[in-house]
Amino acid sequence: MNTETGQTTQRAGILGGLRDFFAGMYRLYKFIVQFFKQVFIPPYEIREVINQCYEVGCKTLPLITLTGFITGLVFTKQSRPSLSEFGAASWLPSLVTIAIVRALAPLVTSLIVAGKVGSNIGAELGSMKVSEQIDAMEMTATNPFKFLVVTRILACSLMLPLLVLYSGGVGILGSYLNVHTNELTSFRGFMNDAFSKISFLDIFSSVIKSAVYGFTVGVISCFQGYNATNGTVGVGKAANQAVVISMFAIFLEETVIVQFVNSFLR
Amino acid sequence: MQKNPDIQNSQAKETIISVKNVYKAFGTLKVLNGISLDVVRGENVVVLGKSGSGKSVLIKIIAGLLKADKGDVNVLGCDMNTISNKDLQKLRLRIGFSFQSSALYDSMTVRENLEFALVRNKPQLSRADIDKAVKKVLDDVQLAGSIEQMPSELSGGQTKRIGIARTLILEPEIMLYDEPTAGLDPVTSIEINKLMNKVKDEYKTTSIIITHDLTCAKTTGDRVAMLYDGKFLRQGSFEEVFQSDDVRIKNFYDYNFITNP
Ligand SMILES: Nc1ncnc2c1ncn2[C@@H]1O[C@H](COP(=O)(O)OP(=O)(O)OP(=O)(O)O)[C@@H](O)[C@H]1O
Ligand SMILES: [Mg+2]
Repeated sequence: MNTETGQTTQRAGILGGLRDFFAGMYRLYKFIVQFFKQVFIPPYEIREVINQCYEVGCKTLPLITLTGFITGLVFTKQSRPSLSEFGAASWLPSLVTIAIVRALAPLVTSLIVAGKVGSNIGAELGSMKVSEQIDAMEMTATNPFKFLVVTRILACSLMLPLLVLYSGGVGILGSYLNVHTNELTSFRGFMNDAFSKISFLDIFSSVIKSAVYGFTVGVISCFQGYNATNGTVGVGKAANQAVVISMFAIFLEETVIVQFVNSFLR
Repeated sequence: MQKNPDIQNSQAKETIISVKNVYKAFGTLKVLNGISLDVVRGENVVVLGKSGSGKSVLIKIIAGLLKADKGDVNVLGCDMNTISNKDLQKLRLRIGFSFQSSALYDSMTVRENLEFALVRNKPQLSRADIDKAVKKVLDDVQLAGSIEQMPSELSGGQTKRIGIARTLILEPEIMLYDEPTAGLDPVTSIEINKLMNKVKDEYKTTSIIITHDLTCAKTTGDRVAMLYDGKFLRQGSFEEVFQSDDVRIKNFYDYNFITNP
């Protein structure tokens, strides 16, 4: 495998910038192709995938619990006045649930994973790269791309849908808490209302969407870390870029996916 | 050229590393310009050269971590230009690479660092066999007490020694040392030099040692080669190389002994 990536030739002007941008996109494309080539070839490194899943899940669980809960609670609280004006406060459970399932849970959760896991992967792989640990791994006849990159991308893609389902559940609980204290709705009554407007397709498309976001965070963070150069400065940059680019890509994908799903559903 | 007597006697000087006319550039930066080097079994070759002269690049090419742009590289009978991925993996298990930055996996303990290669490449070994191998290499580098420590808790010299132990666990035929004494105090450097000689005697390795430390070159090298402008300026015994009148060599020698008396 080649370790001599990441040469930056300085060229002035917009043209140079564009050229570097497309060169970077091309390398990212090749990185993704390599992932799909290697993911199906044994050895599958299953133990390491499980380790990484555990890392992704455990590292983010407290934060996701908190943000999921608060999102549900606050969103309900803030929506109440405008709905009450039309005498439609009884719509709150279904409105909030639709918002959480279709948009809030996937988006908020994946942004948190991008921040927490993405920076972690960027920094970890980056420091392994610049301190020659990746070369060292290659010298022990272990394919570092498979052991470090494929496992992390898989872990992110598998765990994010689970985290989104969990965060959605916690969010709905948060919403219930607010509705219960204000309208004294029973849990069962709330849940009946909440899921009256949600179809299986809504949940299914959210799960698929979050797998895509997980894949995005995994790919971009690994790409940044694995191609880090320039010593410790490069490690910091890799961690930072991993988060910034992942978040940006998630918003772009969200926009595209919403258009796509809506054109099918309605 | 003066040769180590054991090598002359043993099996007719089998060349196990052969580098011929190798070129390597990164973008516009030409690092190696037609470099050639032969290493025979059992010999310690020291490569000297100033920072940035391409010493690390040279041994990374020998280890197959980088590809030469042009030229032939043959290691243990394998042509590195045409070698398949599978053969390269097998070959690498016969080569130990002690990295300039030691490159210990910093998320793992010393024990996990040492057993990583064994666990992954020899699944047939039992737990007891692995523990025994780990203990043996740790004893070889005299750091038996550090087994449960994390790399971040080790000193510079200890890190180097664990790095060397990690490569010894696969009992390599070739050792590539990238600046084993850089950044260490003179006393620790001498310990590392002794360790390299011990490895050579005990594990019967053939080594390339990269350094800019002349004490290290003198105590460990059977032969010294001086890298300059992407080529070897001169090869031979330590005395032969440094008896030269070439200013480029003289400068290197003076620099070392004036600044590190
Ligand atoms: N992967 C790479 N990509 C781009 N340039 C590289 C790469 N590896 C090395 N170089 C460049 O090649 C030159 C030689 O590097 P090398 O690491 O071999 O030097 P060295 O002789 O080992 O120096 P030192 O004693 O400082 O370790 C340097 O200018 C370095 O910037
Ligand atoms: Mg070097």
